[in-house]
Amino acid sequence: MPEKEVLTGEHFIHGDAACAEGSLAAGCRFFAGYPITPATEVAERMARRLPQVGGVYIQMEDEIASMAAILGASWGGSKSMTATSGPGFSLMMENIGLGMMTETPCVVVNIMRGGPSTGLPTLIGQADVMQARWGSHGDYGCIALSPSSPQECFDLTIEAFNLAEIYRQPVFVLGDEVVGHMTEKVVIPPREKLKIVPRQSPNAPKADYLPFDTRGDLPPPMAVVGTGYHVHVTGLTHDERGYPVITDEVQERNVRHLVDKIRRNAHNIIRVESIGLEDSEVVVVAYGCTARVARQAVEDLRKRGYRVGLLRLVTVWPFPSQLIRQISSRVRALIVPEINYGQMAYEVERTSCGQTQVVLMALMGGAMHTPEEIVETASEFL
Amino acid sequence: MIVKLRDLRPFDKNAAEDLVKQDHGLHPDDRYLKPGRIPHIWCPGCGLGVVLTTFIDAVRRKNLAIDECAVVSGIGCTGRVAGYLDMDTYHTTHGRAIPFATGLALARPDIHVTVFSGDGDLFAIGGNHLIHAARRNVNIKVICVNNFNYGMTGGQVAPTTPMGAKTSTTPLGNAEPGFNLPYLARASGAVYVARWTTFHPRQLAHSIAQTFDKKGFTFIETVAPCPTGYGRPNKLGAGLDEMRYYKEMSEIRNGADPAEAAITLKGKIVVGTFVDVERPDFIQNYTDIILAKAQSRAKPSGEGRAA
Repeated sequence: MPEKEVLTGEHFIHGDAACAEGSLAAGCRFFAGYPITPATEVAERMARRLPQVGGVYIQMEDEIASMAAILGASWGGSKSMTATSGPGFSLMMENIGLGMMTETPCVVVNIMRGGPSTGLPTLIGQADVMQARWGSHGDYGCIALSPSSPQECFDLTIEAFNLAEIYRQPVFVLGDEVVGHMTEKVVIPPREKLKIVPRQSPNAPKADYLPFDTRGDLPPPMAVVGTGYHVHVTGLTHDERGYPVITDEVQERNVRHLVDKIRRNAHNIIRVESIGLEDSEVVVVAYGCTARVARQAVEDLRKRGYRVGLLRLVTVWPFPSQLIRQISSRVRALIVPEINYGQMAYEVERTSCGQTQVVLMALMGGAMHTPEEIVETASEFL
Repeated sequence: MIVKLRDLRPFDKNAAEDLVKQDHGLHPDDRYLKPGRIPHIWCPGCGLGVVLTTFIDAVRRKNLAIDECAVVSGIGCTGRVAGYLDMDTYHTTHGRAIPFATGLALARPDIHVTVFSGDGDLFAIGGNHLIHAARRNVNIKVICVNNFNYGMTGGQVAPTTPMGAKTSTTPLGNAEPGFNLPYLARASGAVYVARWTTFHPRQLAHSIAQTFDKKGFTFIETVAPCPTGYGRPNKLGAGLDEMRYYKEMSEIRNGADPAEAAITLKGKIVVGTFVDVERPDFIQNYTDIILAKAQSRAKPSGEGRAA
């Protein structure tokens, strides 16, 4: 039987396709989506590949339905995913909130393009970072991963599925048009080399099982449909049994659990990459495709003997606040190039607590920064 | 930032269980109801209790294994049905019960997935999902409780409110025609379409039981009284008076053309089973066409390609 689930080997594919392959390797067997540039290629790849592994692909009538369907499939016991871009991400926010409230694991890929509204359908943008964090109403914790290459589209989609299972909530892969459409070598390791977190099932007897237990730092295993636990899953404020209880007392437990399960485990989730943070006078903070340019700029400056560092956010959420605070006490400036009019720059500024100068290099979308621009800005502080 | 929080009062499982024990199990239907969820939230005279009991009756008649049943609902008074049933139940967002149920049913084709929701949920905010699920013939059983208004929010106009009817947002009378639900469901592709009122619990239970035997998208409209939201402004009287109205004005016409089954204010209500046809459902087509082709075309690909 040829291996169809994990296409071990070297591939020359774009980031969207790598997201699809990452999901299949992670065990995704249900995809619901709606065509949207520049994320359509994820759906196209899934439409061809899912039937090969016996999974279900369905194109829904809109993104609202797509998000609802992947939640339903997750409660049906399938690992599930959808992929979209800004306008579709906006439509998904309602059921992303349902996924957060009902602690439903799934993965949402957002290949960002220029906004607002229809904006720049075919061109780069990074302006959904704050929407990913705060887009659905109410309080909840957020996990969003930001790939900088097709290889990372594969790796981080797997990671997103793993985090979704551990923390039982929708997890975002926040790609961008450049990374999604960029074609590069992607190495898919042998199956046994991949770290995959399987769906956990409860083993407690029905009388003892609390499907929405808030006592631990992690949510309890999930009793999917047909396992005899008769769980009630609701978007209403609910107690540990899943029963709706409309009181401030239960709201405190319910919401604090949704936020704290991420906050308390942030140190386990946060991933960054860095160059020269120890000795730097200036640090460039970047993510996604912008991190590639930033790396080039930092390497060029370091070759010329300047003490410039790079902090690349692999997880944009949770945000590495403590690390930023530490760095900002010893650098002259934190430079934040991003393709929006200031989103993560505000987070950097907030967490640097006024200890250093924060410089936003903003582009509204449609083009990337050049390494030269970043070199020039950094040089102002050297 | 210093964060101040109130002390949490932890969940008291024993106290919750003691509360449940006080009155759960007194009624024979309690084994179908989640312990501790009754009393329900519905108003006196509401038709939803009848529909819930009827659904239980249908499950009992078909002797379905409860572990193989799931109910998905949207938002509104009918949306609360899910929370009372002792099975796997999902209370989703407004209008999105059908796409959620689509995912559930496709992931587990062996489970009986029933969608319980109201007319506003299914035909206003969720109208698009309903017609597409019917077109695809997803294997879900939709029970739409039609009370001609938004009851939960206090009696606003709905896409089913008849012309001329008064609601809190049509104080001068409704100037829009309402949807004819069975007609719309049939046109969209439902393989089974019926309408009953809460005056017809036996026929309704029979219809629901019939849908459990069908593969594909089935649709049952249940006309139900809402004395609080719809009955009062339209001077239809109490719940019992509405039942009397259903008794006098319902006309059973099995096999009738749904196009001729539109409902008007205080007019005749045509009830019966209108459509009962066979057509392969989504998962059958997906298995026979898509999966079959994918399996036969699958090439060995374990080696990957050289970059």
